[in-house]
This record gives sequence, structure tokens and C-alpha cells, in this order.
Amino acid sequence: MGYVLELKNIGMNFHDAQGETIAVDDVSFGVSRGEFVSIVGPSGCGKSTLLSIISGMVKPSRGECTIGGTPVSAGGKTHSTVGYMLQSDHLFEWRTIMGNVRLGLEVRKDLTPASLTACENLLSRYGLAEFRDHRPSQLSGGMRQRAALIRTLAIDPAILLLDEPFSALDFQTRLHVTDDISTIIRKEGRTAVLVTHDISEAVSVSDRVIVLSKRPSRILNIHSVGLSDAETPPIKAREHPSFRKHFNTIWKELEG
Amino acid sequence: MMSHKAATPGHTPEHAAFLHAAVRRTRLVFAAQAALLILFFALWEGLARAGIIDAFIFSQPTRVIAGAQGLLAAGRLWQHLGATLGMTLLGFALSSIFGIAIAVALWWNEFLRKVLDPYLVMFNSMPKTALAPVIIVMFGTNYRSVLITAILTSIIVTIMNMLQAFLEVQHEKIKLVYTFGGTKLQTLTKVVLPASVPSIFNTLRINIGLSFIGVVVGEFLVANVGLGFLIIYGSQIFRMDWVMLSILLLMLMAVGLYRAVAWLERASRHYN
Repeated sequence: MGYVLELKNIGMNFHDAQGETIAVDDVSFGVSRGEFVSIVGPSGCGKSTLLSIISGMVKPSRGECTIGGTPVSAGGKTHSTVGYMLQSDHLFEWRTIMGNVRLGLEVRKDLTPASLTACENLLSRYGLAEFRDHRPSQLSGGMRQRAALIRTLAIDPAILLLDEPFSALDFQTRLHVTDDISTIIRKEGRTAVLVTHDISEAVSVSDRVIVLSKRPSRILNIHSVGLSDAETPPIKAREHPSFRKHFNTIWKELEG
Repeated sequence: MMSHKAATPGHTPEHAAFLHAAVRRTRLVFAAQAALLILFFALWEGLARAGIIDAFIFSQPTRVIAGAQGLLAAGRLWQHLGATLGMTLLGFALSSIFGIAIAVALWWNEFLRKVLDPYLVMFNSMPKTALAPVIIVMFGTNYRSVLITAILTSIIVTIMNMLQAFLEVQHEKIKLVYTFGGTKLQTLTKVVLPASVPSIFNTLRINIGLSFIGVVVGEFLVANVGLGFLIIYGSQIFRMDWVMLSILLLMLMAVGLYRAVAWLERASRHYN
């Protein structure tokens, strides 16, 4: 089966006054449609750089990235197929929840009756309909994350990129929000790539976990996990007998 | 979360007493403020009448009122007021519009920003009113010079404050627009400008005061109408009642302008 997202021999160099740093050495992997893949690795190993490359915001120094068979070119049209969730929700306080949700459509000049109806549907399906005219500050942290996810889903992306999207939350909230968001992603049948440094988060939500080495990063291993799905939320997956086994294996790999 | 608060204010006798005391304190402050004002004018008048201060030099409230009536009767008072107010508003509007536009240009173009940075800092720290005589030589003894003095006095602060506000907008919020495939212009209109609205109003509040200073200084030097002119002219011919009247009117006008911007800010927040 062909991959919806494919990275081939991706490499990335950064330049500054001190010289040239090889951030990403040689990374290749593919993601199937509807799959939830996590990338773990030590901080500064270029995980987020990979997401920027996939989204087309950054052009890799080497290699090729394709979505649905078409190469991603920096600033090109492939943006239409990628939805990006950043480290915190970044809802705009000067807009209502609905105003925030439609931001992506506005930016892409895609405000149609159909796309707006889709937004309203997402809001009501995930319990935010009554908050559509509220300000972000009136919502709890978990609801804000939902609103941010709906903002990303509103543009109907083929691939969701999640860049440590829950790292700004406290641990308790984080577990619940991870549950919430990953369940929504599963129910919507979305393809997702999550970047995180939290091994337990990666193991509990993903179908596969890609382990990256320290900089210059290469793939150390790819684990098939699959402990959660649309019916089994990540918190349940944490109770699975093999959860600890996966966790320990990945932890040892990262320790080197 | 609100469970430790009583449902309705003033529900318990204790809370009612607290509210009552708070209202009383507010009234007391207001009464003391009014008393201070009355005391000031009474003392001024009294000392002048008793001959302890020279009313010819210090003027006195009754003379100021008489002076105001005289100017009013001659139809000059509104002329002076209108000239100063009109120039201030015009200077304020122009320096706000151009200041924000220049700040946008500097935000947009990093090269330009880096090149101009030391000049802006230098220009910002110099007293702009020192330029007024130069402006008069260049633009002549007319209202253009007053206007340009007002704009120069306020525009640099506007540029610097707005540029700083633009640059302080969270980088991640801008990135969000880029993740949707947005353009730089869209990051400006969707993020940078709306995020800077509070700073814009702060800047407008500073700006109105500075334009006002610029206009008065300009009027000192070139005008033949306006409160600044009246102060200089009055002091030259020892009509101290005109001078004191102008100063009092300038104070009132400054408060009024400041309030107008604050009102505008509240109105915009409602609209938002």
C-alpha cells in the first residue's frame, strides 16, 4: 500500500556565524492514510524541523518529501493538504471561538457556505457550539485545545502535524487533552504525525513510533505499537500490558 | 469557583456595611479634591486682594474671568481655542497615520529597520522642540510650521512604540498564519495589527499630549492666533489675565483630549 506522506533521505543544515550544523542527517519514512505516527527524540534533534519540512514552510537541504505523490515545495500549493498544531493553542483573544476556527479558511480565501457549515458542525460535534461567540479566555485549557484542533481540521487537511501540542498544559490536563484530541483525530479518520519528547505520550497514542537519534538526527528505530484506536483512548492504552515494554525499549534506545 | 462569594452584593449586613464604607471613601476623596480646587482659587484671589501678591504680575481669578468675558465679547476666545484644538487634532491625526504607516514599513523590512535604528534612537532622545526655529526658517512664519512642529514632536515616539509593539507579537502566532499557507501581508492584517490594538491606543494617548506640546511651542514662535500665541502676546503686553486664562484652558483641553482617546479605546473594545 502506498504512503500518503513520504520522506526520502531528508537532510537539513543550519547556518550561523559559528558555522554549519547538520541538524537532520538522513531521514526516510512513510505514513499511511489514517495512521497516527509519533516522532520521539532528544530535544534539539530536529523533530520540529521535520514538521516544518513536511508543511512546506522550510525547504530541506537534501532529499524529497511527497504528500499523495506530489513533492512539497516551500510556499507551494501543498499547504492545502497539511494542518499544523503548534505548541500552544494560540487562539486570538480579539476573535470569538468561531472567528478563530475560521482563521485558516480566511487565510486561504476559502470562506464558502459549505466550509463555514463544516466549521459549525465540528463545533457542535465536539461540544463547543454554545461557546462559538465566546472569547478564548472564557474557555478552559482543554476546550481551548479542542478549538485549536477544530481550527486545524476546518481546512480539511490530508495530514495533521502536531508539534508537542500539549506541552503548555499541566500533567493532569495534558493526559485528558491528549485523550480528547487523539480520540477526535481517530474518529475523523485523520492521518497524524505527532512530535514529542514524552515517550509515554508517544506510546499511548500512536500506531507507530519513530525514534530519532541526537543531532545530526537519523532514525534509530521504528516501533509498531497500536495500543489505542477510536475505541481505546490513550489513557486506557497506558494500562495495556505491553505499554511498559514499549516504553522501556524506546527509553533504552534514546539513552543510547 | 465563585462559591466563596455571596450571590448578591450587599446580601449580608457585613457586606452592605463594606459597600457603604467604600462609597463613603470615594465621596470623601471627591469632596477633598473639590475643596482643594476652591481653596486654591480663593487663596489666589484673597492674596491678590490683600496686596500680598502683585495682581499685575500674578493676575487673579476675577481678572481672569473678566479677561475671558472681554475676549468672548470680541469673539476672539473661540478663535484662539479653535486654532489650538484644530491644529492639535490635525497634527495628532497626521502623526498617528504616518507614524503607524512608517512603523509597518520598518516591521516589514528588516534591512530598513536595521539601517534606520540608530537614527531613530538619536532623534527620539533629542528635544524635538529645539527644531522649531529651524522649521520656521524652512517653512516660513505660518501654520505649516506649527503643524510640522506638532508632527515632529509626536511622530518619532509613535514610530518607536508601534514598531516595538509589532516586533513583540508572539512569533508563534505569526507562524500560525504561515501554517495555513498565509502571506506576509496576511500575518500583518490577521495577527500583527489586531494584536497591537492595545499598544496603538497607548501610543495615541501619548501622541495626543505630544502633538499638543508641539502646537503650543509652534504657536509661541510663529502664530497670531491660538492659546500659545495668547500666552506669549499676553506676557509681552502684561495682560497676565490672558496668560493665566490660556494656561487654564490648555489644562482643560489636555484633559478633554486624553479623555476623548480613552473613550475611543473603550468604544473600540465594545465594538470588538
